[in-house]
Amino acid sequence: MSYEISRNIVKNELVDKIEELSGQNVFDCYQCGTCSAGCPVVEYMDIMPNQVMRLAQFGATEDLINSKTIWICSACLQCSTRCPKGIEVAKVMEALRSINLRKRVGTLDPNKIETEDLQDLPPIALVGAFRKLTG
Amino acid sequence: MNLPYYPGCTLKANAENFEDSAIKVMEILDYQLNEMKDWVCCGTVFSMTTDDLMLQLASIRNLLRAEEQNLNELVVLCSMCYNTLQRAKKFITEDEENLNKVNDLMYKENIRYEGTVDIVHLLTVLKDRVTFDKIKEKVKKPLSSLKIGGYYGCLLVRPKEFAIDDFEDPTIIEDLFSSLGADGIAFPYRLECCGAYQTITKKDVTIKRTYEIISSARRAGCEAIVTSCPLCAFNLDQRQKETSEEFVEFEQMPVFYFTELMSVALGGGWNKNWTKLHYVNPEQILKEKGLI
Ligand code: SF4
Ligand code: SF4
Repeated sequence: MSYEISRNIVKNELVDKIEELSGQNVFDCYQCGTCSAGCPVVEYMDIMPNQVMRLAQFGATEDLINSKTIWICSACLQCSTRCPKGIEVAKVMEALRSINLRKRVGTLDPNKIETEDLQDLPPIALVGAFRKLTG
Repeated sequence: MNLPYYPGCTLKANAENFEDSAIKVMEILDYQLNEMKDWVCCGTVFSMTTDDLMLQLASIRNLLRAEEQNLNELVVLCSMCYNTLQRAKKFITEDEENLNKVNDLMYKENIRYEGTVDIVHLLTVLKDRVTFDKIKEKVKKPLSSLKIGGYYGCLLVRPKEFAIDDFEDPTIIEDLFSSLGADGIAFPYRLECCGAYQTITKKDVTIKRTYEIISSARRAGCEAIVTSCPLCAFNLDQRQKETSEEFVEFEQMPVFYFTELMSVALGGGWNKNWTKLHYVNPEQILKEKGLI
């Protein structure tokens, strides 16, 4: 991946939105990588949690909004708990999901869950997934 | 002694064995779990965005109902309900503007939500009020030689302000099982996420998590895992079916709610109806150890 860094794209409106929704200052991150090191599902992500923070600093918000990462994150809070700078990375992930969900973009269409799965799945899995993944 | 209790949805469905065994165990310990009236789903997952208060209403309405019923606390069994109720309460009550807005949203309610109800996990009640020493005295069938891995997952320990024990090195489950005569083993992956609700859209991710978590427990010498979260239980137990198909060398392991094994140890026995809510046969190991 290569990125053009320019004065124009740093801190665009979407960065403000991410900061507002997450309550975090993305410029606090100093790229130690602790968040990615502890993330249990990092192997499935296209952009690692520390890279999410870095791209947010660069204003590369489109890449973040369209990433697979934000839909793989299971909000386990490991990153938030371990960040030495006290950044709640999980809240940044949630902000990125919410920006999509509020435009009705999500990864789970309730009508497409197989009947067999529906019979097995507990309410806790269904309601949780609807709230995090359905736009 | 009476304890006001919030069950949550899954304890009335796929995790009836959890509720049933908890009520039984608490009776043996001279406590009565009294289900609160008119509860609804807590919303399951805590919403972390700063601006959308509607998403907190499910949790807050339960706490409001409890205030209406003059309860000063709610005992919760499900780790996820515990976590979500705690975080929603904090988010709404620590900021007066949020508190006022949420009350405006609930303008049809008869009383104002104030935030007076404490939320307590059953494990905390067992440790601090019943005490593990008292539990030890009541043991009828010590779980001797049973090697138990306590699986905390995320919700009992994160965020750290709501951790029921040390958030990085908890021992509460291991200590409980020591008092029941078992060998409580702190295995490396006990605080690692099971993949949670990703079990629907990213089944492959949860299968791999289950493989890694159960294998970690196996390597540490565990013979069974205990949990207090119905979603962890679903992923770690039911998903072992797919895990076995995916990883040929995978060895299955029974997964229990901690209260089921407490029932066995405290003389409440094993209820046959609990067995069908498990995927990996839970009775086999208990029979092998002469516990049922
Ligand atoms: S742990 Fe914190 S400071 Fe380190 S890379 Fe992640 S967000 Fe940045
Ligand atoms: S909250 Fe998301 S990004 Fe953070 S460690 Fe957990 S899965 Fe990874």
